[in-house]
Amino acid sequence: MKISRLLEVLDGELVCGERFLDNEVLWGFASDLMSDVLTLDTDKLVLVTGLNNLQTIRTAEMADIECVVFVRNKKILPPMIEIASEHEMVLIECRFSMFGAIARLYEAGLKPVY
Amino acid sequence: MKFKYEIEGGNFSKAGNASSAVKKILKQLNVPPAIIKKLVVALYEGEVNVVAHAWNGCIHVDIEADRIFVSIEDEGPGIPDIEQAMQEGYSTASQAVREMGFGAGMGLPNMKKNADYLNVKSEVGKGTTVEIITFLK
Repeated sequence: MKISRLLEVLDGELVCGERFLDNEVLWGFASDLMSDVLTLDTDKLVLVTGLNNLQTIRTAEMADIECVVFVRNKKILPPMIEIASEHEMVLIECRFSMFGAIARLYEAGLKPVY
Repeated sequence: MKFKYEIEGGNFSKAGNASSAVKKILKQLNVPPAIIKKLVVALYEGEVNVVAHAWNGCIHVDIEADRIFVSIEDEGPGIPDIEQAMQEGYSTASQAVREMGFGAGMGLPNMKKNADYLNVKSEVGKGTTVEIITFLK
């Protein structure tokens, strides 16, 4: 799925990474626990989370995750945008709950990691 | 090639800065992405551990032709029972650390998974040293 399609499915707000909307994501992982995110070894992954802090972006950076969706209307903060932009990430805000967002993405064809 | 980074205990806004800098260097050296990811994930877990538990610390990185040697040294409370700390799910992290998305007792086990060699030495009341080796070939 192209990230542009993901944005559409989630009726999301693109916060940064407009240049990368044509990039593909195949897998989805939803967690507020970054320790669990760091155990993954999956490329082309989108992280769905409600944890809006700098460590979410650092975790994505280390794990080579190029797209992060923030659910439950969590706001992406300026220092997060700064680091995400430097590492060519797409950050999206979404008004749905974690469950609601995942359900829509699954229905649209995004696959679970396990 | 040797590099050294200081880590401030308790300062979560800077947690990850050292790991990020190391990742940048490894990319510039054209280290394969899969190897970079394994090393920086282990390093970042270690860096977060220092920020979460210790008073201060430093990271030494030594890049050689066939391996990368990393040592994460801190001055802090130390680990009384390393075997217990290596078990998944065992954690002594504070609520503040958990709110940052860590402290679920996954750090050291995940470091072990991502390192080709991992050694933990600790002295209660003084500090902890974690050594990681990642082979490049």
